Amino acid sequence: MAAEESYPDDLKYHREHDWARVEGDTATLGITWYAQDALGEIVHYEPPEAGGSVARDESYGEVESVKAVSDLISPLSGEVVEVNGTVTDAPETVNDDPYGDGWLVKIRLTDPAEVDDLLDAEAYRQLLEEQ
Amino acid sequence: MKLIFERSQAGRRGSAIPNAGLPVPEVPEELRRRKPPRLPEVAEPEIVRHFTALADRTFGVDTGFYPLGSCTMKHNPRVNERVVSLPGFRDLHPLQEEEGAQGALELMWRLQEILAEVCGLDAVSLQPAAGSQGELTGLMLMRAYFADRGEADQRRTVITADTAHGTNPASVTMAGFNLQKVETDARGNLDLDDLRAKVGEETAGLMLTNPSTLGLFDEHIEEVAAIFHDAGALLYYDGANLNAVCGISRPGDMGFDIVHINLHKTFSQPHGGGGPGGGPIVVRDLLEPFLPVPAVVRKDDDFALDYDRPKSIGKVRGYTGPFGVFVRSYAFIRAYGPALRLMSEAAVLNANYMLARLRDAYELPFDRLCMHEFVLSARNLKREHGITALDVAKRLMDFGFHPPTIYFPLIVAEALMIEPTETEPKETLDAFCDAMLEIAREARDDASVLKEAPHSRPVRRLDEVKAAKRAIVRYRFGDHPDLAGEPSKGEAVEVQKGA
Amino acid sequence: MSYLSLTDADREAMLETIGVASVDDLFRDIPAGVRFDRELDLEPALSEAELVEHLDELASKNVHTGQELSFLGAGIYDHYVPAIVDAILARGEFLTAYTPYQPEMSQGVLQAIFEYQTVICELTGMDVSNASGYDGTTVAADACYVAKHVTGRSKVVLCETVNPQVRQVVKTYAPGFGLEVVEVPHREGVTDAEELGRAAEGAACVLFQQPNFFGCLEPAPDLAAAANAAEALPVAHVDPMSLGLLEAPGNYGCAIAIGEGQGAGNYQSYGGPHYGFIASRSDYIRRMPGRIVGETTDTAGERGYVLTLQTREQHIRREKATSNITTNQTLLALAGLVTLSWLGPQGLREAGETCMALAEYAKERLGLPLLFPERTTFKEFAVRVGRPAQEVIRAARERGVHPGYALKRDYSEMEDAILVCVTERKRKPDIDRLSEVLAEVAG
Repeated sequence: MAAEESYPDDLKYHREHDWARVEGDTATLGITWYAQDALGEIVHYEPPEAGGSVARDESYGEVESVKAVSDLISPLSGEVVEVNGTVTDAPETVNDDPYGDGWLVKIRLTDPAEVDDLLDAEAYRQLLEEQ
Repeated sequence: MKLIFERSQAGRRGSAIPNAGLPVPEVPEELRRRKPPRLPEVAEPEIVRHFTALADRTFGVDTGFYPLGSCTMKHNPRVNERVVSLPGFRDLHPLQEEEGAQGALELMWRLQEILAEVCGLDAVSLQPAAGSQGELTGLMLMRAYFADRGEADQRRTVITADTAHGTNPASVTMAGFNLQKVETDARGNLDLDDLRAKVGEETAGLMLTNPSTLGLFDEHIEEVAAIFHDAGALLYYDGANLNAVCGISRPGDMGFDIVHINLHKTFSQPHGGGGPGGGPIVVRDLLEPFLPVPAVVRKDDDFALDYDRPKSIGKVRGYTGPFGVFVRSYAFIRAYGPALRLMSEAAVLNANYMLARLRDAYELPFDRLCMHEFVLSARNLKREHGITALDVAKRLMDFGFHPPTIYFPLIVAEALMIEPTETEPKETLDAFCDAMLEIAREARDDASVLKEAPHSRPVRRLDEVKAAKRAIVRYRFGDHPDLAGEPSKGEAVEVQKGA
Repeated sequence: MSYLSLTDADREAMLETIGVASVDDLFRDIPAGVRFDRELDLEPALSEAELVEHLDELASKNVHTGQELSFLGAGIYDHYVPAIVDAILARGEFLTAYTPYQPEMSQGVLQAIFEYQTVICELTGMDVSNASGYDGTTVAADACYVAKHVTGRSKVVLCETVNPQVRQVVKTYAPGFGLEVVEVPHREGVTDAEELGRAAEGAACVLFQQPNFFGCLEPAPDLAAAANAAEALPVAHVDPMSLGLLEAPGNYGCAIAIGEGQGAGNYQSYGGPHYGFIASRSDYIRRMPGRIVGETTDTAGERGYVLTLQTREQHIRREKATSNITTNQTLLALAGLVTLSWLGPQGLREAGETCMALAEYAKERLGLPLLFPERTTFKEFAVRVGRPAQEVIRAARERGVHPGYALKRDYSEMEDAILVCVTERKRKPDIDRLSEVLAEVAG
């Protein structure tokens, strides 16, 4: 059921295996195929509060599989606008569709310039090869 | 197999309580039980059958080889069960007057003396209930020691190894310290350069087990101790691997200031399916004033409890600790006497023998002689045949063995951590190695038998994902879910939203 | 005397396979500076028979409850342990198994723990229990830690009527946990709910004991309500042997129920090993310390049991774990499960009633002033003996009777008070004897 390995070109990436889809002054965040594969089937999502703030490079929540816990590292700073309730109810959605239905939070950016510091798909794939 | 609640029938019972023939006072209405607890209603024959069936579905050291790394699953001598049941121990109330508990106090005092000698240190508290609690107690001692010297605010950090058992960092947090990790070098020793960079005046101490969870003795331990002591910090020894070095190298002589011992590992308190254990701590003189209260002391020919300890950290467990555990460990050690080193020598010999037989079929991350345990990697099997450490573990069950520890220590991929202990005969070691070699062959020739293992246990591979997603953690009587069917949505969601 | 199987021939063959000349060579990585080069200074080895003689001699220097008519309680109790407990715990599979991390090897232990968890939930009226804690004192520290994380507050309120050892352990854990501990004094042997409510403002939790350390019944529903009004978690420390008669904490507003399990199924054993229990509402499941067993199915669809929500625990979450606990008290909890199964709901109620009836008889028969005459008690009560309690105890013991616990050991103002415990193992003649002896030695 898990997705095929992929790293879409239209996304930005953080070295801790998180992605961001930037649209104007908002961004949707999630974890990459590599991250969900390393965790195994995800059984729990601990999201931030809507209205709370997240900071670049800091943890904003957790995902868990049976054998591991992973901090969700935010690629960008902002205010939480929406938490994906689908993932809260059915965490395995992240394994099935990490870049689509498996998105984790939507944030309003407080410092859009941070986007320039993120990796593009090519650079992220490069990082994975060096792992 | 049925749960005991599924064997219950209303009106059955095992017990008959003597009736005092006296009026029963009333419990005030607002405090009274409304509905009785739904305890099992079974007569004695069914209780015995039920637990016998459960025992039949359980594998212990008594059943067979149990090579879990850093657990020291050695034989538990039955004479220890006989002596712990002596009424003078078994039926002794912990608040009995001291003159009525001289035997218990003497046993504890003697055990303390033994542990101090084994560790090469000065003072002991037997109070902690398990290794983890010993760790926490040791860290509390560190904190009290530095507070006494006016350095409490300065000494905020404790350093653990990257190979450390998870209890070490967990204990650091519970003791209110910050955590720092030091790396292991290519030889399996602590990386001294990394260590020197991380030790400073904010360091309270080091938590280390030696040999490490890789089964390797740190060749630079003297240098490690000097680095910490020169910085005014302390060294804490996690005694989980003490079975390797009893009578051969003493933690106090290595430079450690505080030691916890796992009585259920090194000194044969039976593991009991997950406990009880005992985690006594042994310390250098300078930490003695801070030990938990009461202390067990000797005054001429008498033994007593000393509560007058103004600098004590307090109490970590009720009474003087898990006394029944002390009886067994004391008896175990008295059976060896001064020749305790024979135990460690045999443990190390057994481990090295297995390592020699298995090192070619599996990957060996550190090419050294091991101590009482060793770590292999199944990474070669994964790379070549898609077989993981988990698959190897499940398949070993079909050969009649309990698997070794898997996926620990964290720094080795597809880790298999194997500790035979000293009580295993050579034929058992050979049979296990033969099985491991057979599994390596199966990985190449018949991978599916591994993937679907175990085949011969009371259950097949269990779905741990399902258990985490909808946690059924008690029997629900009329509402107990039929797991063959679909769970009710409400139940699954309820658990997910846990705090 | 040793437990080793290796012969000289074995050793030779093994050394050859390893490729070293002697066992000493295996230790060559140990630096010379830390080698221990003498023999351990320990007493000579004993053969099995000698070992039994020696331990027998030590045991005979203790005065146990078979030798002295004892009314000691104060947290550890002489309730009847049925013979099946000994028989079942002697099964080598239970005795010598490890923690059930490999579930296919340990279905027996896992199912037993699942049944234990169920029994604890039934007794306490809670939704989730763990697989046991170390004892009745450390589970109080655990409960405070849970409450801190759940509420975000760091003040904890302890009633003075809670067992002094429990309070002392909480205070020992408090600095590391970052907790501020506040105590609420007793008022004539129980806790005043209003006073508790005021102290509970801004607190993470409130801990009370039912029955309390003096044996008195607290106004527990009122105490829980007062805590809830202040948004502090009510934590009840309860006696399992009282829960056939007393309402379950989960049914009067408590968030967490804890206690010492010893009275249900373990021998006194000079204070341990025993088992602590901790159970809570389902909301807090992810903050629970220690192991939890869950039900699931295997690949063939058969029901089975596994350790679950292990991401809470130290081996996965490490420094962020809900606790560092690993080894707990499984074998003793198994004894508790067997005993509570043997008792059944009727037996538990009858045991409680017998304790209460005998204790009431004792109060009348002793004819001594009660420390808290207005209070309803369960199986323990405090009497005043008219002279320093320790003197009375000494004198009574010379006559073969231990009358109970000198409360002055923990409550300095209670010079002449003794806490008398009467379990269902006592008979009327035993109480008559106590009465006789106290009449001789009391002031």
